[in-house]
Amino acid sequence: MKYRYFPGCSMEHNAITYHESLSAVVKKLGIELTEIEDWSCCGAKEFFSLDLLSACSLVGRNLAIASTMGEESHDLVTPCSACYLNLVKTDYYMATSEELNEKVNIALAEGELNYKPGTMKIRHFLDIIVNDVGYDLVEAHVKKPLYSLKVAPYYGCLVSRPGSSESYDDPEHPTSLDKLMRIIGADVVNYPLKTQCCSAHMTQIKEDVGLKMIHLLLQAAEENGADVIVTICPMCQFNLDAYQKSVNKKFGTNFHIPILFFTQLMGLAFDMGEEIGLGRELVDASFSLDKITAEPPEKEKPARAKRTEIPMPLSLGEEE
Amino acid sequence: MAKKPAEKPAVDLNFIDEVIRQTPGDSRLKNCIQCGTCSASCPYGIEMDYSPRRLFAMTRAGMKEQVLTSNTPWFCVSCYYCMARCPQKVKITDIMYTLKRMATKAGTNRTSELEGAPEFSETFTDFVESYGRNFELGLAIHFLLRYHPLVAMKLSTSLGVNLLKKGRMALKPDRIKGIKQLRAILEKAKELGGNQ
Repeated sequence: MKYRYFPGCSMEHNAITYHESLSAVVKKLGIELTEIEDWSCCGAKEFFSLDLLSACSLVGRNLAIASTMGEESHDLVTPCSACYLNLVKTDYYMATSEELNEKVNIALAEGELNYKPGTMKIRHFLDIIVNDVGYDLVEAHVKKPLYSLKVAPYYGCLVSRPGSSESYDDPEHPTSLDKLMRIIGADVVNYPLKTQCCSAHMTQIKEDVGLKMIHLLLQAAEENGADVIVTICPMCQFNLDAYQKSVNKKFGTNFHIPILFFTQLMGLAFDMGEEIGLGRELVDASFSLDKITAEPPEKEKPARAKRTEIPMPLSLGEEE
Repeated sequence: MAKKPAEKPAVDLNFIDEVIRQTPGDSRLKNCIQCGTCSASCPYGIEMDYSPRRLFAMTRAGMKEQVLTSNTPWFCVSCYYCMARCPQKVKITDIMYTLKRMATKAGTNRTSELEGAPEFSETFTDFVESYGRNFELGLAIHFLLRYHPLVAMKLSTSLGVNLLKKGRMALKPDRIKGIKQLRAILEKAKELGGNQ
């Protein structure tokens, strides 16, 4: 399995653990990722908020470079949800607006590049794992299943709802990550806010509003008994991890829910060591990970409400 | 002297067409039936001065000035819940981006209620234009010191230090090799962009 790979800026620094664990996991699974040469930032939300043509040209440069990297595969893979959105969006905008396509290509020509919309098929890394690698192959590599670890699967917004194109999963009730976590032995808890916003840039521009949302997300995880929240996006990880302390302070709560990348949990189940970057999260995960047991937990019988008969009229002479 | 009648806010009935024209693809804005599904789905609707539904009604009514000075588009976090649920398939999030761009070009994005959101975008793009990559520490220092000094202090004390300790924040920006090429591309894009 060969893909072109767009890591995005976060993978270099704040989501370095995602980068490390992803690299370890792909090696194990026999996936070959070729990084786009000299890629630049995807522009986040910010370029698209200020100037359309520069935003599309910035992303277009990355798409153009990716499209010149040989004929083997036209799948462009990114692990970051925001990069995923921007790559998808630019490709779609260029395909639907001839005027924009023309202008972006005039701008790209200044750097001796060009891009024909539709050339690259943009995919998120989770999509590759569940649909190309497949659950069976993942399961075959599991050496230490994450028995008894209660995991809240958190998808966030952009992979579920890329806006300009269809997601490979359901936009509001995705299940691919749930299933992947079950395959590696974890106990997946119900997480009703699995596709809710992580507060994105709100933590920067209006912190109290951002913290309110993070509080809700952590509360929902705790109420459902989660030991960890597993994410697929650097921004989601950062907001929930880095601002958890502020949330506790502001709301008088005592959350201690580590936020890990799905690739880290996969690596853990594959019995990998240091290479998956555990220990660099701000909310320490060791306490939660100590809950993993060697044997599968005994299945508790779900408590069922006492059966009550449907009230029926008594027949003559019958006693209650 | 006769009293001057109170000045009515200018109405620009072509405003909606301008918004549609500047949104790539088919925005379907005129198909909005004012059902309010977008407002109910928006995680930050309650913080906005006009809910998305109301903003679209105002856009249709030509209330250009009010729409372009509203904090609504700037508080949109681009979560796409509204777009996934809109029964009329209006490209709501795309339209929010268009409104932000129009406000930027018109210079009406400078009100204090925006909490520095446009400046955050500008600081971010400045760094990318200089280095080709995002520079988190630089962004935090430049933006927060200016607009949210208290947050900046907190960052510099606990959060920032912790991130540095864990090796999750760089002290220096990464620069791409082709920064000259990127700048040439972006310069051309701006030149061609004009008012769009």
